[in-house]
Amino acid sequence: MFVIPEFSALQEAINRATEAEVLRALSSDHPGLTGLAALLSPAAELHLGTLAKRSAVITSQRFGRTIQLYAPLYLSSFCANRCAYCGFSADNTIERRALTFAEAESEAMILHQRGFSHLLLVSGEAPAKLGVDYLEELALRLRDRFAALSIEVQPLATEEYARLFRAGITAVAVYQETYDREVYRQVHLAGPKAEFDYRLETPARVAAAGMREVGIGALLGLADWRAEGLALGQHLAWLRRHYWRTGISVSFPRLRPAQGEFKPLLPVSERNLSQLIFALRIFDPDVGLYLSTREEPRFRDGMIGLGPTRYSAGSCTSPGGYGQANAGGKQFEVGDSRSLAEVSAAIQERGFDPIRKDWDPVFQAQQGGQQAA
Amino acid sequence: MLTIAGRKFRSRLFGGTGKFSSPEIMQEALAASGCEMVTVALRRVDLNNPADDIMRVLDRNRYLFLPNTSGARDAGEAIRLAHLARVSGGGEWLKLEVTPDPRTLLPDPIETLKATEELVREGFKVLPYINADPILALRLQDAGAVAVMPLGSPIGTNQGVLTRFQIEIIIAQAQIPVIVDAGLGAPSHVAEAMEMGADAVLVNTAIAVAGDPVRMARAFAMAVEAGRIAYEAGLGAVNKDAAPSSPEDGLGFLR
Repeated sequence: MFVIPEFSALQEAINRATEAEVLRALSSDHPGLTGLAALLSPAAELHLGTLAKRSAVITSQRFGRTIQLYAPLYLSSFCANRCAYCGFSADNTIERRALTFAEAESEAMILHQRGFSHLLLVSGEAPAKLGVDYLEELALRLRDRFAALSIEVQPLATEEYARLFRAGITAVAVYQETYDREVYRQVHLAGPKAEFDYRLETPARVAAAGMREVGIGALLGLADWRAEGLALGQHLAWLRRHYWRTGISVSFPRLRPAQGEFKPLLPVSERNLSQLIFALRIFDPDVGLYLSTREEPRFRDGMIGLGPTRYSAGSCTSPGGYGQANAGGKQFEVGDSRSLAEVSAAIQERGFDPIRKDWDPVFQAQQGGQQAA
Repeated sequence: MLTIAGRKFRSRLFGGTGKFSSPEIMQEALAASGCEMVTVALRRVDLNNPADDIMRVLDRNRYLFLPNTSGARDAGEAIRLAHLARVSGGGEWLKLEVTPDPRTLLPDPIETLKATEELVREGFKVLPYINADPILALRLQDAGAVAVMPLGSPIGTNQGVLTRFQIEIIIAQAQIPVIVDAGLGAPSHVAEAMEMGADAVLVNTAIAVAGDPVRMARAFAMAVEAGRIAYEAGLGAVNKDAAPSSPEDGLGFLR
């Protein structure tokens, strides 16, 4: 089982890094966790340009001059959790909605017509409204029309992930939000999500179930971003050692104003965020890195080619929002409202190929549900 | 001239379609490389869509289309992808890649052999991507592979022919063409592989991510040709000691 060190120990490891250690990490093929700590340190800030160049070279070598595109599809805003930072928090008075299969398919087809092949299905945590049966059925309905389907929903059991994999779900994202137990306790006020360790063990269950990829992440703005970065590196390295067949990705959601008007506890600047991304890329050349529409066009465009490999576009964060302008409560406000075509053009302008399809449903034998042959 | 499964190729350089900055650059680079066989990841293309970004720029009359199973973790997945290629008009040729470790993308020898046996039975012309293991190459040859594709070094690493001594054995033993694939990062690397007697090489990353992919493609084409001519012309042996200037030094006692 993955055990996370005390957050303060992570901070100490980072803060005692010297400039010499930063330079050593920058010239090493395998900087390891010691190198990662150095790359995340204040001492590395003086070398941000060098970090960016190194990150760009590694990214180009491994992923080529390409950026993958995807869109989130919000299925439900019902949630049993009270989380201080989230627009879907149970104590927020927003208009709540869970899409029927017909509504979800119609939203998916709008994204399909806009040119998306990779979908991320998202929902709040309310298993009675939206559980494994629903996800399985929806995956079976959508799988032949999309290259890849992934989910970002409540943590599930290993056998439930295995069922969803057989139904056509390829990847699962489950973010720890913060690896600082104390802050985790403060912001997760009630609901099943308050269980830190169950959530921490979830990526291992995803991998054990045979999913192609597991996504981890920290919600930036809750605790010290440097220590979150080192915790992410530790989690990533642990998953690599124990589940060598599983691909891994990391997301860097940065807190933005939501319905609950939560102010970041510890603001993270664009410089900080870029350092975190470069450091993780140098630490792990093969990890998929997401940069979502939470960030603004200027920042997203500037980061093309420097480390991130996957961008969302034209995202709407309320269930039913693609077909209907004022669909109700959003999870968060997007920072980049450009369409898929506009984001693709920005990617091409920087000499990169926007890729819409990089998977195929044929990889996964179709099983499960009532539609199975 | 190189012959694989009865088909003749003038060029001994095979191309790839991944990692390019645009389909247009890819098209130009492939043209500059002079290659006649191009591999395409089935996961990346929609074979049923004529507007697909890669398929629309690949002239199927000019290039033999070699679909690959990149992303497959086991024989079952690779076989399903092969079936997809066949029903979508992808043909019988298949570059078999079974790479369960998403990190190193090194091929799984056991699953590769299993998939080859099955796909050969089904009538595919299978070109398996393998680690440079001479016994595995022979097993695949016996299983009916039409060529073997041993790696020079891990894919995308540009490290050249690190597996030299195993590839030498494969070349010495194989009765089917040996195509060195993966890790060839510079024209000098492919020249080395061709001088060793490889029948062909496959290059993708080194061309796709070069500063100028089109010029780099041409450089690789020239290196492949130079290496091949050198091999055919017969390279001088490599000596550890300097060769004596007068070949009969020390033999004065002979009558």
